[in-house]
Amino acid sequence: MRRLLEKYAPSMEHVLDMLHDLQQAEPRNYLSREALRAVAEYVNIPLSEVVSTATFYSMYSLTPRGRHIIRICESPPCQLVGAESLIDLLAKHLEIGVGETTDDGTFTLETTSCLGVCGVAPAMMIDEELVGNLTAARVVDAIEAVRRRDAAG
Amino acid sequence: MRLARGHVLIGINDEALLSGARDVEAALRSALRDQGLADEIEVIETGDLGATGQGVVLSVYPDGVQYAGVGTEDIEEIVTEHLLKGRPVERLRLAARPTTPTGLTGKQPRIVLENCGVIDPESLEEAIASGAYEAMAKIVESGMSPGQVIEEVKQSGLRGRGGAGFPTGLKWSFTAPGERKYIVCNADEGEPGTFKDRLILEGDPHRLVEGMMLAGYAVGASKGYLYIRGEYQLSIERMQAAIDAAREAGLLGEGILGSDFAFDIEIKKGAGAYVCGEETSLIESIEGKRGYPRLKPPYPGAVGLWARPTVVNNVETLANVPPIVRNGASWFRGFGTEGCPGTKVYTILGHVAHPGLIEVEMGTSLRTIIDEYGGGVADDKAFKAALIGGAAGAFVCADCLDKPMDFDGLQELSAVLGSGAILVLNEEASIVEVLDGVLAFFQHESCGQCAPCRAGTVALKRIMKRVRAGDGRTGDLDRLVAIAKAMQAASLCPLGQSPILPIESALAHFRPEFEARIA
Repeated sequence: MRRLLEKYAPSMEHVLDMLHDLQQAEPRNYLSREALRAVAEYVNIPLSEVVSTATFYSMYSLTPRGRHIIRICESPPCQLVGAESLIDLLAKHLEIGVGETTDDGTFTLETTSCLGVCGVAPAMMIDEELVGNLTAARVVDAIEAVRRRDAAG
Repeated sequence: MRLARGHVLIGINDEALLSGARDVEAALRSALRDQGLADEIEVIETGDLGATGQGVVLSVYPDGVQYAGVGTEDIEEIVTEHLLKGRPVERLRLAARPTTPTGLTGKQPRIVLENCGVIDPESLEEAIASGAYEAMAKIVESGMSPGQVIEEVKQSGLRGRGGAGFPTGLKWSFTAPGERKYIVCNADEGEPGTFKDRLILEGDPHRLVEGMMLAGYAVGASKGYLYIRGEYQLSIERMQAAIDAAREAGLLGEGILGSDFAFDIEIKKGAGAYVCGEETSLIESIEGKRGYPRLKPPYPGAVGLWARPTVVNNVETLANVPPIVRNGASWFRGFGTEGCPGTKVYTILGHVAHPGLIEVEMGTSLRTIIDEYGGGVADDKAFKAALIGGAAGAFVCADCLDKPMDFDGLQELSAVLGSGAILVLNEEASIVEVLDGVLAFFQHESCGQCAPCRAGTVALKRIMKRVRAGDGRTGDLDRLVAIAKAMQAASLCPLGQSPILPIESALAHFRPEFEARIA
């Protein structure tokens, strides 16, 4: 962790960058108590200030998530072309609710505000990868493609 | 640049990448080699080619033929038929888009997106060949003072393109004196349905570098922060590459172009918070804190980043500055309307044949935008309404189709230009459902700092949920308006002040649709 933090000057202004990096380095995609403490110690600010920042932004999680984060857009442009039923479909296919993680720790399902790719609405992101022009078939395909990639190692 | 007989531009953006643009590009390069055309036809990666929702898009020059939805299996035909034999592949051609000069004054209106989709956004040389940094060079050569730059921008009538439409030159002139000042570029584009800034960041990054630099020169700042939302990974990479290239070439740093002006830019990555698009929240976020908006006044121009005088401008605003300085204020005033000169970049979405990004002169009517650029309402359905300006925008109905759209024109219609997102709804769309989605958005994005917004957004959504379900109670519609009005009066920042806009406009035009769901 220290090595990741030392990329930045020990100053408050880099806290968001540090949190991004530490979360990405954690296989379960979250900020552990140790990670938050490491930032606080490195920047020399109270732990409460780091927690205050970390809990404000939707891209950070303080609880363990799946290895892959599915973020499906629920803003009006996607909603207008069927995002709501796709969210239901995803939840059913993964057998979890929004905000939950599959039992095998593979996927966490999240909804997100506009991703800015409305030209291909409805859209979702799986980790850093965008999937657009979603249909029921494409949603399931995308999930299964990730599962196959994981299985292939 | 090496001279080639022809060029194939491949638009690389998030949408193209997910449609397999990299594979198409590799197949194209290899097919050109196989046909011995590799030295004659150059393949260039560019930003967005202005046709979203069309998969991988290729433009072939000098022919000016655009192909859409191209897959690797199409490459051989394009290469052998078109590039070798000169016969365009008709089945892949993009449905005709307007190629004639358009806009109110009949002039070609591309100012902001002039280079997007035309140049390689990762090449400093191509940006320079297309006029990048000429405005800065003009300032240095002619000895234009910072005051003269501010005056030029004031004279141009440029108004902030982030939504509020505040005159940019005036904002700059309000910057308090001080030893250390900052320029902040707001690229935290989060208004639902808006992605204009993303395409500028991805398509012409040097335009923004120069825009920030000119703003820095004008107000006397030597440091700029570019705050990009965390979801825009490609934008962050492209901008970082452009900043590094400019610094390498001596266009950022000390003594720019031999002058004694120093300026540098640092990128800040957001982490998912709509409210950070509000300028004081954004400043808090750069400082590493929760993105809570500050009370205004004092305005950032007096007390901004680390309590220093700070100018916060939107991406599109700053992208307008280099051509204004280069060509002069009166040139800029040749476009658009008296009160709002220049162009506006819109995203046009929803039930239109060609969703996408367009740049038109200020004052262009909604009808022209939908019919000539969006290809009309899709599937021959009738137009019902449009939500203009995102969630913090207003619904307009068919009465407004022919009204000139600019900051002032829309205000007369009790609407706003906002971020420039136009969500078109056809006759079958349910305004009730769209408004429910809008209110869900506000509830999700309220930052929770001030009570009117924190409690208000929850109450609005709760009422809307039962109305949508057909269980609305007598008085619910008036309740929505009363709550939103109280929020407008008492909320600390524009987030809480905004829900009144979509609510009041939806009820003004479509009240019976809501009343039908009151039990």
